[in-house]
Amino acid sequence: MNLDQFKVAPPSVDWITLLPVILVASTGLVALLIEMFRPKQTNVAIIWTSLIGLGVAAGSLILQMGQPSGDTFAGMALRDPASLVLQLVLVGVCFFTFFFSESYLRERRIPFGEFYPLALWSTAGGMIMVSTENLLMLFIGLEVLSISLYVMAGMARQESKSEESAIKYFLLGAFASAFLLYGIALVYGATGSLHLDQIARAYALNDGLTEKLLIFGVGFMLVGLGFKAALVPFHQWAPDVYQGAPTNVTGFMAAAAKVAAIGALYRVLSGAVDLSGTWMPLLIIIAILTMTIPNLIACQQKNVKRILGYSSIANAGYILVGLLAHLQSPDKIGIETTVFFLVSYALVTIGMFALLTLNARDGKEGTELSDFYGLWNRHPLAAGLMVLFVASLIGIPITGGFFAKLGIFNDAVNAGLTLLAIVLAINSAISCYYYLGIVRAAFVAEETRPQPLGSTMPPGLRFTGIACAVGVLGISFFLTPIQAYLSGKDPNAWTNPPATASTGPSENLSSSTTNPSPDPDPDQDPALTNPGEAPPDQPPADQPPVAEPDEQSPQESSGEAAGESEGTGPAANPAPSR
Amino acid sequence: MTSAQITFLILAGIAAISAIGVVALNSPVRSALVLVVNFFVLAFLYFSLGAQLLGITQILVYAGAIMVLFLFVIMLLNLGNTNSAIQKKDGKPLIGIICGIGLFGLIASQIILPMGPRGQTAGAAPGYGSPQAVGYTLFTNYAWAFEITSILLLVGIVGSILLAKRRLKS
Repeated sequence: MNLDQFKVAPPSVDWITLLPVILVASTGLVALLIEMFRPKQTNVAIIWTSLIGLGVAAGSLILQMGQPSGDTFAGMALRDPASLVLQLVLVGVCFFTFFFSESYLRERRIPFGEFYPLALWSTAGGMIMVSTENLLMLFIGLEVLSISLYVMAGMARQESKSEESAIKYFLLGAFASAFLLYGIALVYGATGSLHLDQIARAYALNDGLTEKLLIFGVGFMLVGLGFKAALVPFHQWAPDVYQGAPTNVTGFMAAAAKVAAIGALYRVLSGAVDLSGTWMPLLIIIAILTMTIPNLIACQQKNVKRILGYSSIANAGYILVGLLAHLQSPDKIGIETTVFFLVSYALVTIGMFALLTLNARDGKEGTELSDFYGLWNRHPLAAGLMVLFVASLIGIPITGGFFAKLGIFNDAVNAGLTLLAIVLAINSAISCYYYLGIVRAAFVAEETRPQPLGSTMPPGLRFTGIACAVGVLGISFFLTPIQAYLSGKDPNAWTNPPATASTGPSENLSSSTTNPSPDPDPDQDPALTNPGEAPPDQPPADQPPVAEPDEQSPQESSGEAAGESEGTGPAANPAPSR
Repeated sequence: MTSAQITFLILAGIAAISAIGVVALNSPVRSALVLVVNFFVLAFLYFSLGAQLLGITQILVYAGAIMVLFLFVIMLLNLGNTNSAIQKKDGKPLIGIICGIGLFGLIASQIILPMGPRGQTAGAAPGYGSPQAVGYTLFTNYAWAFEITSILLLVGIVGSILLAKRRLKS
């Protein structure tokens, strides 16, 4: 039997595109090895290794931002502005989570070294999800992300709440994965390909059966991703899981899983944009429900973690509005406001949950509203940071949350989705009630507990809180360069921020503030991404000449340029052959 | 009747009988053992269709790994002969039988209809699905997915160890 016919020419791989994921995943491997040989009872080596690995990964992402877009492995890994920024957000989320995790896990008496490799792999899974157009990679990335999260949610095994959280998350997550996989199978059946851009091609055939398969397939995929992003009919797990999981895991979950799920949703919906006549009305209803229902429920909650759980569901609704506005008129409205919202949301979420870990003490933690009474007296800094984060969650000017919400509101109006814009505004007002409830608790004078929880603020937690706060404030200055970069108008906006950042404040903040932070340029970009570790702003001269200038966009036919172009594999699409 | 058809009928018959045995036998251990037989016969069916890799995988993964796990669980949980598995009489068996017949009819129609007078014999190229062919594809165009899947398995292993580990004393 002659088997040479099955020989496949090895694809020319663009390793630079894959590098960030490889770095994060292999940092996880190294961290696991250190965990095996570490001196007992200390995770310091693991943490520093992980932080350095994440810093290098963030640096490799920042360096790529000047490069042209492209893909490798036939769309399995993708480099475009949205994917780079979202990957950077995920790396940053993991980075900050590690900073405050150790002291918290130690107080909770669950200092397992395995937490760090699992979180790193989870991050890698999320990074794969936001940077792929291939349904196979989307699924594998989702599973890597989710399975690590299931385990981390159940890390506090001696607590029934943590176990409940893990088992609920696991069962519902597996259910959602099944939906997603079924949807992928149907789409594959309709298109014969795992690549998302084939949906449009199959839809253009105008064949009745194919269309039905596509509608069902995309619908099931939306259900699966809706579970992950906690959109409203599929949100039931979120508050319980958020409350039961260890707080640092909750913060990581709320930020990373949401960013990854929304990123994947963006790819899927962009691929299926031709079918928008079918899914757009449904998603508009889902967005309205996702914004309204959790906000109403959150007003009656007494547990801060639960409140933030509902708040994160509502935020998913706001993000969905931005996404729908972009998909309603993709030419007019870009994805940049949605990505900007995600950046701001991730910073606030990590900062807020970091502050919640302050109450952990002797294996217990206090996350009821009453546990925060007197926080102002105990920790003025923590209370101040909390006010700032809550302000950003509400959307008070000069915080990142304000510009993020304003941008999405504008997009919704410009896209003709005025109803969604109105609902968003009303819900922002409703949410003030419970957000301010958290602040009020921090400033209530009397303490109900005889033994106050959490007496000192560990340095890692202090750093995370301050860095996130600087990021929340500083991101306003980077609104213009971020948006310019994402919309592709100025591909060099990120690689030389001093020039663009100086124009940012004058354009955006001239009416609102006078420079709330004394030293915006050198401080805020690293705070946004990875303070301390990676070189903050690489001048363009430092960049290695990694990409060929004649890189083509993935949509154009890449067959001819396959020899030179480092981004596209030789086979335009290997998937249909199987 | 060709020898291939006879082989198929024998293998398919054993597979069907053992599949019925899985649900019909009362003892969980026996059910599991009959399921092993079913998986083996199914693997031979794959071999007879020329899908060697699929057959080998079936034996290694299902008969080897998964069924051993099943037996472990059954024996560890001490699920011997019990009568508690016999359920009360209600509508469930009837619905189950109707669904089963419906599924059987659906699958049978997809097999029998193409065998009719207009039946065309579709076949893959010789060697399709062989270990070499799959290997070439897996380690070229799908190398990235393959490597990430290995991370996925590692997550599963580390996660199960973390969750099963004894409580930390400190």
